Amino acid sequence: MSQHEITVTVNGTPRTRKVEARLLLVHFIREDLCLTGTHVGCDTTSCGACTINLDGEAVKSCTVFAVQADGARIDTVEGLADGATLHPLQQGFWEKHGLQCGFCTPGMLMCAKAFLAQNPNPTEDDIRHGISGNLCRCTGYNKIVEAIQFAADKLREPKGT
Amino acid sequence: MTTHLKDRVEFHSAKPEGVSVNVPTEDHVRITTPAKVCGMGHRMKRKEDPRFIQGHGRYVDDVKLPDMLYMDIVRSPYAHAKILKIDASEALATPGVIAVITGEDLKKAGNLHFMPTLMSDTQMVLPIEKVVYYAQEVCCVIATERYIAADAIEKVVVDYEPLEPVIDPFKALEDKVIVRDDKETKTNHIWHWEAGDKAATDAVFASAATVVEEQIYLPRIHVSSIETCGMVANYDKVRGHMQIYMTSQAPHAHRTVFALVSGLPEHMIQVISPDIGGGFGGKVPIYPGYVCCAVASLILGKPVKWIEDRSENLQADSFARDYHITARLAADQHGKIIGLQVKTLSDCGAADAAANPSKFPAGLYSICTGSYDMKAAHVTVDGVYTTKPPGGVAYRCSFRVTEAVHMIERMVDVLAHQLGEDPADFRLKNFIRPDQFPYKSPTGWEYDSGNYKAALDLAMTMIDYRALRKEQLEKRARGELMGIGISSFTEVVGAGPSKDYDILGIKMFDSAEIRIHPTGKAMARFGTKSQGQGHETTYAQIVAEELGLPAADIQVEEGDTDTAPYGLGTYASRSTPTAGAAAAMAARKIKAKAKKIAAYLLEVGEDDLEWNVDSFHVKGSPDKKKSIQEIAFAAYTNHPQGMEAGLEATDYYDPPNLTFPFGSYICVVDLDSGTGEIKIRRFVAVDDCGHIINPMIVEGQIEGGLTMGLAPAMFEEIVYDENGQNLTGTFADYLLPTAVESPKWELGKTITPSPHHPLGAKGVGESPTVGAPPAIANAIVDAMWHLGVRHLDIPVTPQKVWRALRKAGVTD
Repeated sequence: MSQHEITVTVNGTPRTRKVEARLLLVHFIREDLCLTGTHVGCDTTSCGACTINLDGEAVKSCTVFAVQADGARIDTVEGLADGATLHPLQQGFWEKHGLQCGFCTPGMLMCAKAFLAQNPNPTEDDIRHGISGNLCRCTGYNKIVEAIQFAADKLREPKGT
Repeated sequence: MTTHLKDRVEFHSAKPEGVSVNVPTEDHVRITTPAKVCGMGHRMKRKEDPRFIQGHGRYVDDVKLPDMLYMDIVRSPYAHAKILKIDASEALATPGVIAVITGEDLKKAGNLHFMPTLMSDTQMVLPIEKVVYYAQEVCCVIATERYIAADAIEKVVVDYEPLEPVIDPFKALEDKVIVRDDKETKTNHIWHWEAGDKAATDAVFASAATVVEEQIYLPRIHVSSIETCGMVANYDKVRGHMQIYMTSQAPHAHRTVFALVSGLPEHMIQVISPDIGGGFGGKVPIYPGYVCCAVASLILGKPVKWIEDRSENLQADSFARDYHITARLAADQHGKIIGLQVKTLSDCGAADAAANPSKFPAGLYSICTGSYDMKAAHVTVDGVYTTKPPGGVAYRCSFRVTEAVHMIERMVDVLAHQLGEDPADFRLKNFIRPDQFPYKSPTGWEYDSGNYKAALDLAMTMIDYRALRKEQLEKRARGELMGIGISSFTEVVGAGPSKDYDILGIKMFDSAEIRIHPTGKAMARFGTKSQGQGHETTYAQIVAEELGLPAADIQVEEGDTDTAPYGLGTYASRSTPTAGAAAAMAARKIKAKAKKIAAYLLEVGEDDLEWNVDSFHVKGSPDKKKSIQEIAFAAYTNHPQGMEAGLEATDYYDPPNLTFPFGSYICVVDLDSGTGEIKIRRFVAVDDCGHIINPMIVEGQIEGGLTMGLAPAMFEEIVYDENGQNLTGTFADYLLPTAVESPKWELGKTITPSPHHPLGAKGVGESPTVGAPPAIANAIVDAMWHLGVRHLDIPVTPQKVWRALRKAGVTD
């Protein structure tokens, strides 16, 4: 299997690694970079637990080869908070009880981050469709929807002076 | 051999001590501590969340050890076939492949090719003679990398001779093809079980004015926690020590099973169940993959990781349900329910590997008289082998209660409609009344407390039931299809009293150990294991309630068998009824010692002291007091002469009875008479789980459980073709509800405490999964009853509705 050197900017830091051509991006993130917040929940691109942001787009990293991400910007759940300050989505999930077992949570957060960038003022129905590629088995989704609404409201607030 | 277990009918009739008849129902959550203490009733944000929302949860697949090897599994492409030959030479010649383990290897390693199931049956770990289900584990490959192992399983050549599969459980009973020919008795019939009084029930039916009968099938479904199952086994040959990271809902029980099966001394086995990505019953059984992974590490002396794929998880791990039910419900001339007869065939797959307490091959199915007072009931279940994966796990349910509730709630609706009575009024007329508690059911249960009318009344008010019935009539006149479905379920959770409940002989108590440190902070450890339920928060709130220590100052730990006290784990909504009770009891032991220390410090007698939130003060002198923190410091620095130092206690709680949560759900659906499309317009859920520890977490459990009840009601079913191939082996075919399909649930509550639980709590995690499916199915049938539709099996899909409408001549 051919090896390729790739450079990816992960959570703001450029990372260079030699990888097999067939290495999935999710395994690159989890195994090579040891960022285990991104999870694997299925093998058919159905569950969304592996969702990351690739150049700002929500992408299921189980269906992208690491070599395809060469030169790209990747954001994972580990880079969501600003230092000690939680991202409004993280605050929302905590405040509104938007998680139980936590396994789908990183994928939900990264899906919601890209979604809110595109649709900063969503309706409830918009949010439900926006996260419909991500499965949660614990919460029944209502509190996830509330958490994303909480974050949308917070993100629309004028920045403090 | 067929086992007759009729003599085990009366096992669960323990009368709890101190039971008061007619426990009053409250409508407000009780709060007795200030926000800084955050005891019971506070909506405390979860203590576990910061790590999960920042990607710092630690699940089994996140464990990476030096020199770790990876295991992958070769699986059977046949449901039933002889194994002629396994040729692993090409796989073994692949660079990076370390070993291939077959059934023969396991046999040589000490007859490890079979393992005991939780129901005292046997199950193949790896086969030698034949395979008995599609996707069965055939052999496993261990390699230096995950991808190399995955490549190598393709290089193992297995020659099979296909045998006739046994798919239909009714045909299986004909014994033409024997699934388990490894057993002495050549039959597919496993066991017969019954509860209730047959003669009395026959007599009641003979006198009945009305009898309704239905065939109800609860199909095979799968828990599908978003995290699949997996293990990292790390055997240290020098120390003779086995460390196991495992997706386990019951780490202590699993440690004991490993010790018994492997012969390793139990003190040299450490099972660590780290963060678990959902369980729902699927992480209670021991699967062949776990055993192979542990054996591989034992043989190779290196850490070995096994993480199953989703398709493996869906195709081979334990299923739930698969009950074929024939039910008859009888009423007298006044429309009063008088009797229930139930015959059931349980399709167990290739082994009886159900996750039930040992004495309960059909779980707690005999709760099937539900919320209704009747004279007699008789229920039978027969277990049968087929060539399908083994199992019978709960799918977020307390051991076959969902099957029981679905059956009785469907039958009550059918009977109400048959008699021309409103389904709500019919239920109100037939409910067990509050003054009948503790209620002895015809199948031997003693319900602890309940107020079914209060819950249904509230649900009817919330949804404006009478107005909906009026609207339905108007719509019907216009040819529009609208249905209203009710489910007034009774749950039974918290297994359980050690007299009757055990798993492989280990009694089903649970435990808590609390240690208060000198600075007034505490560590609390438990024998249960959260998989998302929020134990780190709720248990801390229980201790806070009892001792006045802020919940924020109490660290809760579970899942490491080296440190946690022995317990039976988390499933069947048992954590609050058992370990939650243990937390309260251990805290009360600490409080008793704290009182002695306070009396010493304040130089008064113990009888002169009163407790108030977080301190003991002298009666009549509220300023003369010692806080729990001051007492904790004194326990290590200034304790009375003759008293042991320290402030800690352990409790192993053996509940006197189970707890019986209940609720009433009402669902409103609109059907498209052309396409059969089903739209859930509203769903009101009123739950009663006794006293509430954290309302936010309870709401989360109920909403999640409702969506997990919607799933089998409308979407999920494991389907096999005539060859026994699983046609629903990925999430592309096995449909979990998304945020789009999941309705906006409307919640209500009543609070009827358990009279025997130290906190009056009952357990809640599974009530909605148990209660929701019949509300949905009843609503859909209710919309079509006037067209002659009496019953539709779940999942009720638009296609099933469209077919029924077509048969009724409504659409073409």
